[in-house]
Amino acid sequence: MHAQNNVGMADTGSPSASSLDEREARFQSRIDDGIRVEPQDWMPDRYRKTLIRQISQHAHSEIVGQLPEGNWITRAPSLKRKAILLAKVQDEAGHGLYLYSAAETLGITRDQMVDDLHTGKAKYSSIFNYPTLTWADVGAIGWLVDGSAIMNQIPLCRCSYGPYARAMIRVCKEEAFHMRQGYDIMLALCAGTPGQKAMAQDALNRWWWPSLMMFGPPDGDSVHSAQSQAWKIKLFTNDELRQKMVDQTVPQAEHLGLVVPDPQVKWNAERGHYDYGDIDWEEFYNVVKGNGPCNRERLEVRNKAWTDGEWFRDALVAHADKQAQLATAQAA
Amino acid sequence: MKNQWPLWEVFIRSQHGLAHRHVGSLHAPDATMALNNARDVYTRRNEGVSIWIVKAADITASHPDDKAELFDPANSKVYRHPTFFPMPDEVKGL
Repeated sequence: MHAQNNVGMADTGSPSASSLDEREARFQSRIDDGIRVEPQDWMPDRYRKTLIRQISQHAHSEIVGQLPEGNWITRAPSLKRKAILLAKVQDEAGHGLYLYSAAETLGITRDQMVDDLHTGKAKYSSIFNYPTLTWADVGAIGWLVDGSAIMNQIPLCRCSYGPYARAMIRVCKEEAFHMRQGYDIMLALCAGTPGQKAMAQDALNRWWWPSLMMFGPPDGDSVHSAQSQAWKIKLFTNDELRQKMVDQTVPQAEHLGLVVPDPQVKWNAERGHYDYGDIDWEEFYNVVKGNGPCNRERLEVRNKAWTDGEWFRDALVAHADKQAQLATAQAA
Repeated sequence: MKNQWPLWEVFIRSQHGLAHRHVGSLHAPDATMALNNARDVYTRRNEGVSIWIVKAADITASHPDDKAELFDPANSKVYRHPTFFPMPDEVKGL
């Protein structure tokens, strides 16, 4: 059992309704005062469940997120690009591990989470169900997908749950490299041949909308928002973050000499923001439901990796058991 | 996986002279693998010069309900801080 949570987990008896209300009120006032919640502290069940869902989905996204880019490691255009991409994909694995550990402090096991991912019960960010057709997609993912992720994650460094906030600080530091390496790829392509620049434009065309969808449904349709904001595990609304992303990205695209694939993108001096067009939410929900271009393939690859690695995991356990037995025998 | 690998807490010393600091945790079948994995997961950017790993189950932690009992008594003992004692400005070396 987890050293950090064995006390908190036992602390879920069934107090009377009024004392539960009192506890919740006290919990909320601690959050309002900016006091971090730690694994051993009492917390409402719904807070625990919501966080488990949010953090494990986030972890799954990091793990599945390795696949679209991993696809290009063997075909990177130079040794330098290959080494950089390898480092980035390794980082994503690390991010998944930090986040799984954070989720485990809430009382769910790693095995349960891995199982939920592999059976398709758990969700991950639907952006990773789109294919990486060209090398420019690797650039676009770093620039746009990691860019959106950073936008979403920086506020979470201040979220109310200690282990999650601490994991996010590590993740954000590393994501900054991911975004820059992506933009660097785009810069190189846009300074290259007309064919290379067209490849960059094509990648932007395909990744623009899915990147904006990453922030989730519009505020009016967002199911968990109000409570999550009160609990400070969500600090800005989906639409606020999406607007920030548009405002940040449009000038970056202009610098590359690329055009975002939305004719309605226009600076609105009155609002002090860029206006942008309507997002095709039907596409979003369709991909979330499992009907995106790569949903099945992603899960198949994850499951195959897990099954193929089973003999190795078993061997590690066998070795550890044998060494432990030897140590006991010697001590006796 | 039927028998889940034990959880290990990872502590890293960032530079010589500083104490090891808790950075996170990981699962591994034994101490050697835990150390190897800690190196890959937590020191990819020169974060450390030394790693400790400790089985999470071996850590004894204070109970959150004991917070007041354990730590409040220190609040009333401000004289433990040097700033409690006003010193004459003109006297040096205090």
